[in-house]
Amino acid sequence: MTNERLHHTGKVVRNFLLALWALFALFPIFWMVLITFKSDAEMFTTTFAFHPTLENYQAVLFGTNYFKAFLDNIIVSSGAVLVSVLAGVPAAYALARFEFKKKEDLAFTILSFKFAPEILVILPLFMIYQKLGIYDTYFGLIWVYQLITMPLLVWVVRGYFEDISVEIEQAARLDGYRWWEIFYKMLLPLIKPGLVSSALLAFIFAWNSFTFPLLLTSFNVETVTVASLKYIASDTVHYGQMAVAATVAALPEVILALLIQKHLVRGLSFGAVKG
Amino acid sequence: MSEETIKKSLKTGSRGAETSLTKVHWTVKARPYFIMAPCLLITVGILYPFASAIFYSLTNYSFRNPTWKFIGIRNWVYLFTDPDFWHSLLVTFKYAAATTIPQMLLGLGIALLLSKENWFTKILKVVLIFPLMIAPVIATLIWQLMTNTSVGILEKFLNLFGVYGFPWAASSHTALFTAAMIDTWVYAPFVIVLVSAGIQSLPKSPFEAARVDGGSAWFTFKTLTLPMLKPFMYIALIFRLMAALQEFAIIFALTKGGPGNTLMNLSLSGYNKGFAFLKFGESLTFVLVLWVIIYFISKKLVGDYLLTQKKAAGQEN
Repeated sequence: MTNERLHHTGKVVRNFLLALWALFALFPIFWMVLITFKSDAEMFTTTFAFHPTLENYQAVLFGTNYFKAFLDNIIVSSGAVLVSVLAGVPAAYALARFEFKKKEDLAFTILSFKFAPEILVILPLFMIYQKLGIYDTYFGLIWVYQLITMPLLVWVVRGYFEDISVEIEQAARLDGYRWWEIFYKMLLPLIKPGLVSSALLAFIFAWNSFTFPLLLTSFNVETVTVASLKYIASDTVHYGQMAVAATVAALPEVILALLIQKHLVRGLSFGAVKG
Repeated sequence: MSEETIKKSLKTGSRGAETSLTKVHWTVKARPYFIMAPCLLITVGILYPFASAIFYSLTNYSFRNPTWKFIGIRNWVYLFTDPDFWHSLLVTFKYAAATTIPQMLLGLGIALLLSKENWFTKILKVVLIFPLMIAPVIATLIWQLMTNTSVGILEKFLNLFGVYGFPWAASSHTALFTAAMIDTWVYAPFVIVLVSAGIQSLPKSPFEAARVDGGSAWFTFKTLTLPMLKPFMYIALIFRLMAALQEFAIIFALTKGGPGNTLMNLSLSGYNKGFAFLKFGESLTFVLVLWVIIYFISKKLVGDYLLTQKKAAGQEN
């Protein structure tokens, strides 16, 4: 009897603590979306009950260059992921299937880009980019984004290749297929779900990048992370517009995150944890 | 023969299959390098700036005057006598501790709470990762709205408890707390996700044995759960600590390192010296020190991780 009651109390405490954390984690998002529909006049006088309006969305998306920043962000992020997939997937295959000198050194060099302080890379790049004329261009940003997307793709996709048994490849080879035919016709379809998920996660990381676009671009190319900052910097009283900027930047990623659920652990840990 | 050795023998076999009778042709030997070449060419372009960073730290280069000369270790001597540097170094470690420690503890705690499967935890496992997907700058923007003293909801919430005008990021006493709270909001889910995956991978039998033997919950946790989760905790720690030591986005968006120089860590100081004061050579010394710190800590932690992984594997067999 007392044991049962103890068990019950434990369950209540557990759920209470979880609910508390969920409130902390989710309320800011709810609040952000809520006040996007609040007019400036009602911002100070009301909390939850108010007359919803779309004027904030109108002001941000059509009144400023925020929409252009949104498109720019899509261009550089997907460009960066595309380059990383084209160059990184073969590299991942080589690391998974071939034995060669300096293999692990190369693999760790690629991983180490992930840990390099961004400012350390940016300071010299700022100068080099201006000399090369790629400062403030899509190309320049896509290139430097490789530091974010390449290590992720190489390390995660390598793990997916290693999961495929070598026997399948052996059998195909005996049937007379060349290594690149096997790679293209057999292995790629097999790793496709994992590859797509890692590419999407790489896209999220690139999308979220802030330091690189802040310092390596200015007027021509602007990402939403940088564009949103203007709403903090200026002494704005348009809190609703600030919230719209945040919502429009955040929601695509939340939706993408829902799509890659199953592969998330693996991607986030760069293949170290096979969820 | 273990699975690993079979795999290995097959691997070498697969390479030699078509050429095993003759000498391995050089194109076959060079093949992996060819396949990796595009990836390496793209990323090596980024390695050059790193090498040049060391060089330029020995010059008086500045964005303002294009003529520069080699001044040896003067920047470095200046660095170590600069009180700003020592302050930044302290802030860097303070920030890393104030974010990483709560995130590891909360991550472990929440993951353990989530380990009982029911409809509530199933939903939470999906929705709790949302903050992690939001850009840190955007997260800071959201929290700026929440902590705003005139329209922020947190002010209204604190008013209920008789607290008025809590300064959040505006005061040097509460700025670190505010930044760490935002950082934790974004990144604690990372630890939760990783540790949850670890809990899911735990073998059932040792826990059943412990229950049959009548081991207490705390005993089971201390001697079984925690050691087996260690590799997962290490991965989370490595990723979190390395990022926390060089955090830029959250601090920049919140206070730009202020109020005063309260949150001026090495990344922010390097940025300030370089882009605000245009002292390029000096700013590089700040971030090079940061790089050295990150390099050695990551090396040590990765080594420890590989060791615990071996131990965990040994216990399982």
